[in-house]
Amino acid sequence: MAALLSVFHRDLRLALRQGGDTALVLGFFVLAVVLFPFGVGPEPEILGRIAAGILWVAALLAALLSLDRLYQAEYEDGGLDLIVLSPIPLELAVLAKCAAHWAATGLPLALLSPLLALVVDLDPVAFPTLVVGLLAGTPALSLIGSVAAALTLGARRQGVLLSLLVLPLYVPPLVFGAAAVEASVMGAGARADLYILGALSLAAMAVSPWASAAALRLALE
Amino acid sequence: MFDGVSFRLPPGGALVLTGTNGSGKSSLLRLVSGLLAPAAGRLLWGATPIAADLPAHHSRVHYVGHLDAVKPVMTPRELLSFWGALRGLDPAASAPALREALAAFALEAVADWPCRWLSAGQRRRVALARLLAAPAPLWLLDEPATALDDESQARLERVIEVHRAAGGRVLLATHAAIALDGAARLALDAFAPHLEPDPAV
Repeated sequence: MAALLSVFHRDLRLALRQGGDTALVLGFFVLAVVLFPFGVGPEPEILGRIAAGILWVAALLAALLSLDRLYQAEYEDGGLDLIVLSPIPLELAVLAKCAAHWAATGLPLALLSPLLALVVDLDPVAFPTLVVGLLAGTPALSLIGSVAAALTLGARRQGVLLSLLVLPLYVPPLVFGAAAVEASVMGAGARADLYILGALSLAAMAVSPWASAAALRLALE
Repeated sequence: MFDGVSFRLPPGGALVLTGTNGSGKSSLLRLVSGLLAPAAGRLLWGATPIAADLPAHHSRVHYVGHLDAVKPVMTPRELLSFWGALRGLDPAASAPALREALAAFALEAVADWPCRWLSAGQRRRVALARLLAAPAPLWLLDEPATALDDESQARLERVIEVHRAAGGRVLLATHAAIALDGAARLALDAFAPHLEPDPAV
């Protein structure tokens, strides 16, 4: 357990110190959302209508941006060898790395989202749903992304391949995440959608560590 | 890559792997570490095959490969304490071992610098200090003397000597002349399979 925590702490520290990771993700999220009012026009009705979709799509793309860092640097500098050679099971190490990735990307995205929701004129009633939805759904993004990042390890043009693999798998969180916000704007309960988002994350947590670990072992052969 | 290789490493023993580039020294070390699985043959620890319990084998092995896993934004002290924790050591309890590891490779002065400021030889020493930060009975060293100056190499030789005196085993692949008392040598070139060029190609 202490060993797992040490992996989590170190990855978080690396993500924060390298600056690139967290700052890049948040910066992209902000810029992508801010571009929409320029493109669509400032009419509150139109913006407010599509706000949920804008925020979720921007969050997905921002999370995608940092995925190649999850294993690539570690693979290139030999750190992955040491993690595989440690006494902790690789599946749990993957889970710790995903948790750190989420804490460095998904968590700040969710906390920042109400500010950006103002930019796109989302009805303030839906702010809590937006934050809770992102909190519940972004772990799935990190976990699904981990499998793809492990599979594309060492591939040339990893980033492109990664997006092609991951984006279709991000559709379910996107559908339910946007639907939850939508529902709370309409005054209908968003609870069902939020539960489904949580379920998606839990399902990803059950499958992703094994799939990622298998892919990582394959990459190291 | 090679076949028919057989060796035994007793406690306190050292085996130096030699051979031309591509003769399979690194592959043999990765096989022994458990990172690779052999196409044929057996790897035993005592009487048990290592594949029977890989996590247990991993905790017996220290592997220092070509890549030193040194993160540019972390300090040597943080890296060593992380590597110790990864092997299940409590940070408070491993503090003396950590100081000893830093001292053994003369890293005290740079212990709190980010590793991006360190030279190639200093990074190598950080990677080697891992051997002392957490104990393990079998050391697998792949070209450990790369980028080391003479003094650091002498330090490495002393560290290996102390490890062997305490009953530790060392398996080492090198081109450099590393002085090890009574070390056995294994030249992998002798085990290369004979590949006849295909006349059809």
